[in-house]
Amino acid sequence: MSVTRKDVEYISELARLKFNSEELESFTKDLNEILSYVDKLNELNTDDIEPLSHPVEGVNVFRDDVVKPSITTEEALKNAPDNDESFFKVPKVIGSI
Amino acid sequence: MNDKYEAVIGLEVHAQLLTESKAFCGCSTKFGNAPNSNVCPICLGHPGVLPVLNKKVIEYTIKMGLATNCTINQRSTFARKNYFYPDLPKGYQISQYEEPICEQGHIIISLSGSSEKKVGITRIHMEEDAGKLIHDHGFETLVDVNRCGVPLMEIVSEPDMRSAEEAYQYLTKIKQLVQYLEICDGNMEEGSLRCDANVSVRLKGAKEFGTKREIKNMNSFRNVERAIKFEINRQIEIIEDGGTITQQTLLWDADLNEVFPMRSKEEAHDYKYFPEPDLLPVIVDEKWKSEIEKYLPELPENRKERMAVTYNLPKYDAELLTQSKPIADYYEKVISVTNDYKSASNWIMTDILKIINEEKIDIRDFPVAAEDLGELINLISDGTISGKIAKEIFPAMVIEKKKPSAIVKEKNLLQISDAGEIEKIVNQTLEKNSSEVQMYLGGKEKVFGFFVGQIMKETKGKANPKLVNELLSEKLEALKNKIIK
Repeated sequence: MSVTRKDVEYISELARLKFNSEELESFTKDLNEILSYVDKLNELNTDDIEPLSHPVEGVNVFRDDVVKPSITTEEALKNAPDNDESFFKVPKVIGSI
Repeated sequence: MNDKYEAVIGLEVHAQLLTESKAFCGCSTKFGNAPNSNVCPICLGHPGVLPVLNKKVIEYTIKMGLATNCTINQRSTFARKNYFYPDLPKGYQISQYEEPICEQGHIIISLSGSSEKKVGITRIHMEEDAGKLIHDHGFETLVDVNRCGVPLMEIVSEPDMRSAEEAYQYLTKIKQLVQYLEICDGNMEEGSLRCDANVSVRLKGAKEFGTKREIKNMNSFRNVERAIKFEINRQIEIIEDGGTITQQTLLWDADLNEVFPMRSKEEAHDYKYFPEPDLLPVIVDEKWKSEIEKYLPELPENRKERMAVTYNLPKYDAELLTQSKPIADYYEKVISVTNDYKSASNWIMTDILKIINEEKIDIRDFPVAAEDLGELINLISDGTISGKIAKEIFPAMVIEKKKPSAIVKEKNLLQISDAGEIEKIVNQTLEKNSSEVQMYLGGKEKVFGFFVGQIMKETKGKANPKLVNELLSEKLEALKNKIIK
């Protein structure tokens, strides 16, 4: 498996990351190296092995439906670059309709 | 719709589950709290936090699966649906992808002309809600994260529906089921039930599906029907004009009664689902499943059958009374007081449903207690008041919130069942209206109703109608005989 520069451009778009031409080249190269390294695993026969989605074993970890006190609005907004004391403020995500 | 074409419709319904706390943290799900007050590091998506699954979310979803004849998967897992939008602090939504909780079910919907149709359910899975964005505020978008992490159940239907009416009936049935199960309040206007529709058209008899378009933003049952109807007609027009349908996401505009395409930027998603490493698989064994099944409440179909048989009600009545659980509960409370099952049904179907539909209120907020309606019905059946007076008392019960017996006493509305007294009034009425009496004797028997009306007017509706009829017939008969002699 390998990726092209076009794949890297697409993924950076999805991840909202901007790279210059040099960076795109270097990431394409790096990603391909990682992929070929991981490809080594394909040498193993895994036909009869269930896919593993979790490195730890265990199932059914639940909590009861009980409300626990939350943090205050002030605390919640503390790390935000911008807020108006009750809402987070972000750059407008849609144009005026 | 054009006879040449048929529509193919599938619905995706999101139902907000009625849990106290969110899906993955202990924050309250309460609606209407101050912005960003039901939040914690988990639903805010702070680094290093771990979600812990609310057990009730799984139980509620299993309930819905059982009620819709689904297979409850022994193993289900969670997945991350990745996209960037400010309503999602984590940058991904926890959802289910490859292994949902329920699959392959169906429900039966009723259609006009008393026909029925089976609509398949592809899957029911659990996911978390996103936050709320406010756009119409100056140069920024405001974000309220209270709703983030509130549990949603997504019910995906098969593309089995063929008209807007069928889609409407399907949605109504889903709402009825979630309300009976008490797992969602089913309010589309407030957003606790949401619906997206996939619509395509094809030539009748064609095997292949046409290209589908998804409609979002329909915030009422009627709007779902309207939007689908609109889109079906538009797609047919495009095809008839020689065009082709392109895949699109559309937004319904309820003010203009039209759908508009979402801008392509908003729909350019590639979610790159992958297993959620923070949540372990859920295993539902037979024991857990049968325990939930055991405590499943009576479902609408069963209740309809039971009520029709037990209370000897017409099918129509049973259907109407069981349309929502609170209405059925109200009915059964009324008949815990009175044995007049059919009258109880009539009062609810005509008088109460009319008011609650007009005022758009829930029967649980209706001012007349079920027991008081039962008492009113008893006052009629034991002859204390006439049915006509009851119809006058009822609005007073609604407005003044008093017991019927209190109103009867206060307004002196007891029925006159004293034959002597009624006879006196009958005589007076006949004397006063001698020309009508002549008409009657001349063969115009319709005038009988006029006399009854006059007597009722005289007694302000309190005369026992049966006695009035009897005594009046007697008198008129006697007069007739006199003439013949």
